[in-house]
Formats: sequence, structure tokens, C-alpha cells
Amino acid sequence: MNQKTIEIRWHGRGGQGAITAAKIIANAAFLSGYGGVVMAPTFGTERRGAPVLTSLKISKQKIYDLSPITEPDMVVVLDHLIVKEVNVISGLKPGGLIVINSPKRPEDFRFEDFRVATADVTHLAVEAGLPPGVVNTGIIGAFAKASGLIGMDILIPAILAEFKGKRPRRNAKAAQITFENTLMGGLP
Amino acid sequence: MHIIESGNVAAASGVKLAKVQVIAAYPITPQTPLTEKLSEFVDSGEMDAQYIPVESEHSALAVCIAASSAGTRAFTATSANGLLYMHEQLQWAAGARLPIVMCVVNRGIGAPWTVWNDHQDSISQRDTGWIQLYCCDHQQIIDTVLQAFYLAETVSVPVMVCYDGYILSHTYMPFDIPEQTDVDRFLPPFSPAYALDPKQPANLNTVTLPDVRPDVRGDVAPGYMEIRHNLHMDMRAAITVAADIDRKFEDIFGRGGNPFIEPYRCDDADFVAICLGSLSYHLRDVVDILREEGIPVGVMGLRLYRPFPNQAVRNALSSRKAVIVFEKALSYGNQGALYGDIKSALYTADNRPIVHNYILGLGGREIKTHHLEKALRESCTAPDAIGDTPVWIGLKM
Repeated sequence: MNQKTIEIRWHGRGGQGAITAAKIIANAAFLSGYGGVVMAPTFGTERRGAPVLTSLKISKQKIYDLSPITEPDMVVVLDHLIVKEVNVISGLKPGGLIVINSPKRPEDFRFEDFRVATADVTHLAVEAGLPPGVVNTGIIGAFAKASGLIGMDILIPAILAEFKGKRPRRNAKAAQITFENTLMGGLP
Repeated sequence: MHIIESGNVAAASGVKLAKVQVIAAYPITPQTPLTEKLSEFVDSGEMDAQYIPVESEHSALAVCIAASSAGTRAFTATSANGLLYMHEQLQWAAGARLPIVMCVVNRGIGAPWTVWNDHQDSISQRDTGWIQLYCCDHQQIIDTVLQAFYLAETVSVPVMVCYDGYILSHTYMPFDIPEQTDVDRFLPPFSPAYALDPKQPANLNTVTLPDVRPDVRGDVAPGYMEIRHNLHMDMRAAITVAADIDRKFEDIFGRGGNPFIEPYRCDDADFVAICLGSLSYHLRDVVDILREEGIPVGVMGLRLYRPFPNQAVRNALSSRKAVIVFEKALSYGNQGALYGDIKSALYTADNRPIVHNYILGLGGREIKTHHLEKALRESCTAPDAIGDTPVWIGLKM
């Protein structure tokens, strides 16, 4: 049994690139020594604009349970308006982390027992030179800062590789400046 | 080289490494990304193959039958109702002894319509004369695709490589992509004993009389029954061949050793769970939980389903207290197909275990660790309390 599996649930909208973001983290985690990495989109309901889920499990050992995450250690939300549509904290472990793309500050969100980190990824990504609405690389920077799980030295090359031919440097820059502008809240 | 990709990309990578010459496929969820990847490989020139788009699965296999008859290495892939639509051609490919390899990305079959995983599609085709291999993770998918061509071409029987739709096909995990030079050392080019040639026209598989008779040269030619007996005997021989291929694969790639059954914590196990596909890996977590409670339980994944390795199953399971068969398919009106096969294999065992049958996960019904844990614990703690009829896990109404 993988007692030490870190489970991260990603909430985004169809077409927002949550799967790509989770895949980049998965690659970087594997390169960081996590031999067990599983990224599983939740299937069958993907529509552009509709709320979608992706499960990312990270462990030092091989992962055998491929079922969707029900009790995550961390939740990443690519669009803060989803919080009003979906119960993003469903099953989140006490003391768990929520990373939200939002112009608001962590203390503006009232989640009891959870740590909140916010970053205005939507604006920071535009600042990095990306077209409006591209948030999946910026959120990686926020995730790296808030979770402390994987270093930017590994994430930046992973982003450059994934976005080869698709504005790699601007995407990497979006992650970097989001990393530097992520606000961390404590436990309430 | 290790990469993190989906199960469908693992399958496509294996097909590319096997230097397949003809691909014909019709897209169907959850197989679609596999065929898309192959068409990308062909389009970019990474694969020197003919990709033949077709209007249906029936035609996809018909094209592969023609391509294989002409002596080329042919591949197709499908799921669910697409596989059922091939049913007539499946039997033709087996009877014609064509070494086609097909990935079946396992999905439940309609009605009612579903796109999610179970095993009813491939299990329903078990008596078509195809070899069936099942995979538990992405490494097994790519490795099994390579082994499948070797096996098919050695015994002249087509092979299905089955892997769980979505659970494996759309999930990303790390796996090793073998080097082309190693694959070339493992898998020789396809050299058919006979290939169709326009310069020497021939009739193949024409009406065959019930009895043997002299052919045009005056030699006694086999009748239908002899031809079908040969198919059966070569299928049985495929069990030994599969073990040989596994050894050769392990020598080159360092992976293998369990061509028929992959055991986990079974050495001292009084109770053994057994199933097909990725579920056997999920059950490893459950075995670990029950082992901590002191329950002597293990799990086996059956890799080769047809031909059925009766002797290996008997060796692995006789003298256990109970064998618990978990299945994502059933023979309606009776029981799980694998359950019947396992009981049949154990009939001649000296010490016959109790055998239980659980049906679960149909049409993608989520399989939770605690559901598996509850069922397996009940089977281990009160084996006599569970009867001979399938018990359904996760029914809500």
C-alpha cells in the first residue's frame, strides 16, 4: 500500500489546459525522483468551458490504484469562479492546501481547516506576453510555490519541452512570475 | 528511455517499434487516440507504413486480412461495439491463420450505450480462435504489443492485446520505450510461409468439403475438420511458445518471467484473488491491507486468457483454501466466464479450493479500494458462507 502517495486534484474548465499542467507536473515529479506518477483525467464529461477534473498522484513507489482521487492532499483551481459551481474542497484532507487562480487574497476565501494560496494568474500570464485566458503554465508556478514539492529548476525545462513551438519562453515566464507573486495564507 | 504518456501512446509506440507495414482502423472511444497517434507517425514519416482509413470496423479487419494474406505485418485496434462489428471477420482471420495483431481497448458494450470500461467486449469474442493477452499497466502494453507479433507469426494465429479503456488508455504514467535496435534483435521481420501474389493467382479458403479428398496434385488434402483441429492444436502449442518468447524478451529487455500468471504475495497465501487487466494491480493494495491484519492472501493477474493455461492455473491454485475470481464481464444467465474456466481447470486438482465469483465495474462503475477490501476479507474469513453464484460488488439498487 502506498501510504505516502501525494494526491492532487485539479479543477479547471474544458479547454483550459488543466491536463497539460498536470502532465508537466507529472514529468517534473518523475525527474525529481518520484518513480510512481499517475495522471488520470476524469472521463466522459469533457466539454469546452464546463468544469473538469484531473487526478494527479505522486509517490516514491509504483502506484497501483488508478481510481480517481476522493481524498486529496492538495487542490488546484484554474478558475476561481469554479468555486461557486463545484465543491472543490470535497474530501480534502484537514490541513490540506488549496491553490487558486484569483485576483483575491488568500484571507478572502473562507475555507476552515485548509491552507489557501492565491495568484492572479490570468493577469500575470498576460504580463508574461501570453494571450488572455492562458493560465495553465502560470498556475504551475503558483503550485510550485505553494506546495514546495518540485523546484522551478525542473519545472521550467519541463514547460519549455511541453510547449516546444508554442511560445515556450512566454509560458515559462508566466510560471516564473506567478511563482514570485503567489500569496500564501496560513491555517485560519 | 522512460517517458510519461497515455496507455494508447504506449500501444502506438509498440506498433511503431514493431515496424508494422499496414494499419487499418476505424476510430472508436477509447481507442481513438491510439489510431490518431499511428496516423501521425505515418504522416510524419516516422513509420514506413500504409495507413488505410476505412468506413467501419468490419472493413478495418477485412483490409488487415487482405494485407496479412499478401505477406505484410498488419495491425488494427478497436473497442466494444466496434469489436462486435468485426465478429465475422475475426473468425475468418483465425481460420485463415493470419498473424494479425489487434489492440482491444476494453469498453462495455451497448445497449444501453456506454463508453466506459469493462471486459464484456473481448470476453464475448473468446471463442473466435484469437489469442487473448491482457495488460496491467503501460509497460505491459508496449511490451505485449511487441511479443504479440512474435507469437502471432510463430503460430500463425491472430492476437488480441487487451487493455482497460480509460483506466489505462487515457491515464498517464511512466514507462520505458525500448530501443529500436533491441526490438530488431527481438522481433525478426515477418516472413510468411505463403503470400498472395498477383503473378500467381490463387483461391484461399474456398468451400471445403466435410471429408478429406485428393487435391489437384493427387495428395490427400485436409477437410474442414482437420483444418479446424490444426487451429486448436496450434493454439494449445501457443502456450509453450508464449513462454519461450517471454524468456527471449526477458533476456533482451530484462522484463518478464510471468508469461501466464503474474503473482503478488502468493507464496504462502491460503487465499488468492485472480482477475484480468489493471484490476489485479489495484488488488495489490488490498492484499497489502489484509496482510497487515495477518490474513494470508495474495493476488494473481492472468495475462494469457486464450489459449487458457490450464496446467499453470492448476499449479498456481490447487491446495489453496479459496480462489476469488473478480470479473468485469459475465456469461449472462450463468456466471463469469473466467470463473467457469478456473473451476474447470481445478476440477482435476488433487486438492480443490473453494472458488468465489465477484462481478464488478461494469460500464465503468467505479471500483473503490474499500469495496474490494470488504469482498476479499469476506471471502477469506468466511469462505464457506459464499455460494456458487456470482456476487455483485457496488450495486446501488
